[in-house]
Amino acid sequence: MNSNGRSLIARIDGVTLSFGDRIVLKNCNLDVVEGAITCIIGLSGAGKSTILRLLDGLLLPNEGHIYVLGSDLCHLSEEQVNVMRQKIGLSFQFAALLDSLSVGDNVALPLREHTKLSRAEIRQTVFDALDSVGLAHAYDDLPEELSGGMLKRAGFARAIVTRPALVLYDEPTTGLDPIVSKLITETILKLRSKLNGTAVVISHDLPSIFTMADYIAMLFEGAIIAYDTADRIRNSPNPIVQQFLQGSEAGPIQI
Amino acid sequence: MRILARVGRATNDFFEYAGGVTLLTTESLGFLVRLRVRVAETMSQCALLGVQSLVIVLLTALFTGMVISLESAQQAVAYGFSSFVGGAVAYGAVRELGPMLTAVVVAGRVGAAIAAEIGSMVVTEQVEALRSMGLEPARFLVVPRLLALLLMLPLLTIFADVVSILGGMWIAREYAHIPYHEFIRSVRQAIDFSDVVKGLLKTFVFAAIIAMVGAYQGLSTRGGAAGVGQSTTFSVVLSIILIFISNFVLSLLLFGGR
Repeated sequence: MNSNGRSLIARIDGVTLSFGDRIVLKNCNLDVVEGAITCIIGLSGAGKSTILRLLDGLLLPNEGHIYVLGSDLCHLSEEQVNVMRQKIGLSFQFAALLDSLSVGDNVALPLREHTKLSRAEIRQTVFDALDSVGLAHAYDDLPEELSGGMLKRAGFARAIVTRPALVLYDEPTTGLDPIVSKLITETILKLRSKLNGTAVVISHDLPSIFTMADYIAMLFEGAIIAYDTADRIRNSPNPIVQQFLQGSEAGPIQI
Repeated sequence: MRILARVGRATNDFFEYAGGVTLLTTESLGFLVRLRVRVAETMSQCALLGVQSLVIVLLTALFTGMVISLESAQQAVAYGFSSFVGGAVAYGAVRELGPMLTAVVVAGRVGAAIAAEIGSMVVTEQVEALRSMGLEPARFLVVPRLLALLLMLPLLTIFADVVSILGGMWIAREYAHIPYHEFIRSVRQAIDFSDVVKGLLKTFVFAAIIAMVGAYQGLSTRGGAAGVGQSTTFSVVLSIILIFISNFVLSLLLFGGR
């Protein structure tokens, strides 16, 4: 539970992380409310994608704790983290589909490796997942045959095919035209309804963020400096948040 | 002080690399022992890494056998030792050149391919995607390639041994007029079954070197396309050096100077 009495599915607690001499996160805290879409905004290179990787156990912090579904990832073995990852879906910025496999085989991979479903059941589940992102027709296509938007949606299908409790989206609309961006945003909302689940989205696309976000967190200089509902963030008195939302060069953020 | 710092860094890098390869090998062997093997992928790698290397291995072996025979046959006939030419060719091919040259050729072709493929998967986040799905890259990527090479390198070496001897036999007859039956008799006198087995034993070590150096180098790739290129080159160079070193050590252990 957070201070507002909402149930949390994940929590980043006092995390510090550095790569060599470069400190990426410093005493960073973030609540991920169950059933809500939390969007993380911030400057390029601020460490937003790093937060997603921490939530998926792909990175471990130097200090602090990462709680996901009641477990502290920092205290789990690699095998236990692997089991935990089956309950988390991660959609990569560039989809990261295995280019040696067809789209269908990519989406089927977690089911083949982690479930005892029959071949027919896997095929049907994969077809349903692809259908939910509008890609049922691309089952047998290779990733190289898909456009950028289709690749992202195929990545979504792979992330949600096991019906995870938490889905992480890394820059889902970056590099896409406005129409495809809108389609991707609608797809994320549709998937949230379908899964009745929680999502964390990293994005710079403000129209998309304000369409889908229940909560918005702003990451600046290694810490979450603002966290609130989308409406309150839009009207935040914080000059850093306002400068970022308005895209202004003048303000406390020095580029 | 600067020299000391460099030596220190180099020593640190060496142990970090050696430790990394050892950990990856241990992890991969653990999956092999527990039979957690992706059979279809392993078969596919056998075709890719083994069958598709056959022509280049055979060509290398054929011309190596032919050149050994060419160099030795005319001299041997001149000094009246023509009955030893078959033995010389077979001795070199089965015990040393067959296993080693096959491994070197495969390291150049396959080791590079392993490093490049896995390296590309790293820089395009495909390896991270595997981990995010709870899949172990070692089991998914390394084990099929390691097992494929452990299966295919001995087979390729057998083919290389045979073709090398046949090439030598043909050249011995064409250039030194040594009849086939005399060449074959010399081969049978010079080597026995244990020589063949010991030569093939070496190939398991070479296979592990090629697979593990290529895979580790691929998984350690950083920095985009340039990083993939560096990984590929380094993997080939290191594999070949390690093959030469281990061949010497194995010859010493297996043949004991005989």
